Amino acid sequence: MKTIQFREAVQQAMSEEMRKDESIYLMGEEVAEYNGAYKASKGMLDEFGPDRVIDTPISELGFSGIGIGSAMNGNRPIIEFMTFNFSLVGIDQIINNAAKIRQMSGGQFNCPIVFRGPTASAGQLGATHSQAFESWYANCPGLKVIVPSNPYDAKGLLKSAIRDDDPVIFMESEQMYGDKGEVPEEEYVIEIGKADIKREGTDVTIVSFGKIIKEAYKAADELEKEGISAEVIDLRTIRPMDHATIIESVKKTNRLVILEEAWPFGNISTEITYQVQEQAFDFLDAPIIKINTADTPAPYSPVLLKEWLPNSEDVVKAVKKVMYK
Amino acid sequence: MKKITKATYLKWYEDMLFWRKFEDKLAQVYIQQKVRGFLHLYNGQEAILAGALHAMDTDKDRMITAYRNHVQPIGLGVDPKRVMAELYGKGTGTSQGLGGSMHIFSKEHRFYGGHGIVGGQIPLGAGLAFADKYFKRDAVTLTFMGDGATRQGSLHETLTMAVNWNLPVVFCVENNGYAMGTSVARTARSTDIYKLGNGYEMPCAPVDAMDPEKVAEALDEAIARARKGEGPTFLELKTYRYRGHSMSDAQHYRTKDEVAEYQKIDPITKVRNILIDKKYATEDDIKKIDKRVKDKVKECEEFAEESAFPEKNVMYDVVYEQEDYPFLPHKL
Repeated sequence: MKTIQFREAVQQAMSEEMRKDESIYLMGEEVAEYNGAYKASKGMLDEFGPDRVIDTPISELGFSGIGIGSAMNGNRPIIEFMTFNFSLVGIDQIINNAAKIRQMSGGQFNCPIVFRGPTASAGQLGATHSQAFESWYANCPGLKVIVPSNPYDAKGLLKSAIRDDDPVIFMESEQMYGDKGEVPEEEYVIEIGKADIKREGTDVTIVSFGKIIKEAYKAADELEKEGISAEVIDLRTIRPMDHATIIESVKKTNRLVILEEAWPFGNISTEITYQVQEQAFDFLDAPIIKINTADTPAPYSPVLLKEWLPNSEDVVKAVKKVMYK
Repeated sequence: MKKITKATYLKWYEDMLFWRKFEDKLAQVYIQQKVRGFLHLYNGQEAILAGALHAMDTDKDRMITAYRNHVQPIGLGVDPKRVMAELYGKGTGTSQGLGGSMHIFSKEHRFYGGHGIVGGQIPLGAGLAFADKYFKRDAVTLTFMGDGATRQGSLHETLTMAVNWNLPVVFCVENNGYAMGTSVARTARSTDIYKLGNGYEMPCAPVDAMDPEKVAEALDEAIARARKGEGPTFLELKTYRYRGHSMSDAQHYRTKDEVAEYQKIDPITKVRNILIDKKYATEDDIKKIDKRVKDKVKECEEFAEESAFPEKNVMYDVVYEQEDYPFLPHKL
């Protein structure tokens, strides 16, 4: 095992797949000469050349659509958004074309494309740069949505996403690119649609995904000191969702807290809550609690941002509540 | 360009008339509520498709357009019975009944839709061309759009990249005068749509698109340019549609006189007159063609009527390439 940064895991996944399959290219703003806005494509222009690592103008709608058109005609593009906040000007292409071409053509065309980039907040960037759109994309049939939380998962899942014949939304975080983790030197992939129990426990289940899961780990450490054993499940794939792993855990712990950095209305936590009450109603010993961001646009001021974001203390509090402690 | 001969004119007449009568039939069965949803008909614009098909190499070139898209796949070789069946929502349709009027596709005949969002197909067209350039294939993509779509941002972004990357694509604006019910003059200060190309340093020109010869000539030049690796062209094909935008359009935005003026320069009548004037065909020959067209339309209608509706599981079968995708249940 070798310890690498998250950004290197992303770069390795893309480079390894591109070495094997000529039809894959990487396109986006600053991906080539600048080596990636967050250096997630460092060295790739040098290795693959400008025909396969392509700088674009600031035209998310245009290059999303060009990517999809090329995917209908033999390419397997990786489209990088500098952040998914910018994907909104191109979202028509993702929702109306990438997600629907296969269905609307009666299965004639597939659309093997990956849209990747950071999601959710990344410090004091204000309202337009601090949004999580997992639930927006996951709502749309035709897409798959992946949000890894560490370098190992990022590499294995991104390789699967690139090999997948359906369009995949792959979400990272500006605040995770520097995270380090162990990654095997030999090749591996991680199956899309499988959650991972990051920490086993017996008293309560905490489900989370993406960078905010670190707050769940911190909470689990705190709770352990108080003799509470928390199981932490990392969803990894949002769509399709691995219900079985969650349900099995809830049947064991009888208590569920969901931590998600997103607005509370109709989000991924809401979906999990529905699934658990439907499939494990009789196993629940307390109402499910979901912990999200405030139901407002992200504020700038540090004090307000801290209040807006969920954190480990919120998780500890919620766990104690579902345990009636 | 392939020579325009007697055979060309005979083909143009029969094709264009068939497209017109096919659309007329759709209007008729729409009123009978056999075809539902929106229905955007091509009547009046046939010279564009006739000219384009003459100029392109239909063995390798590609075509993509918006939602006025029933006859283009037929022109490219798709069985018209299957297009009619698609509009009936039948399992024998081009998309097994999942697409409907606005979403006709044919991978086999290189027809990439059939797109329901105005301007949404423009970057896709450039993307098809991007792949051809990437894989060094000798193919050109004709990307069609209406005048309304030229006011979408997707055009600006796509033209910027298409010209910068020298993509083998021809952007063909079918200017029929109206974006739904809003005239071109009411949508922008400049009404010479072709001039938009100048801003991107892209070759551009207006074309009399009521005449298939003029369309073929303009497109031949543009396709040749793209094939030589000299990049995209932006053409404004000036045309007219006789029917409303869709079926529920009372057309208060124009006068009956205006429609009548265009019908005087109807492209099918023009081609028919040339057949007679140049003695390419006699009145009898033309009657025979008219009869063939009528019978063929009838065959399409019968095929669509008699075809079965799709099986319910088709709805799930075509969404993902993954065979065992775990869809959520939606009711008990």
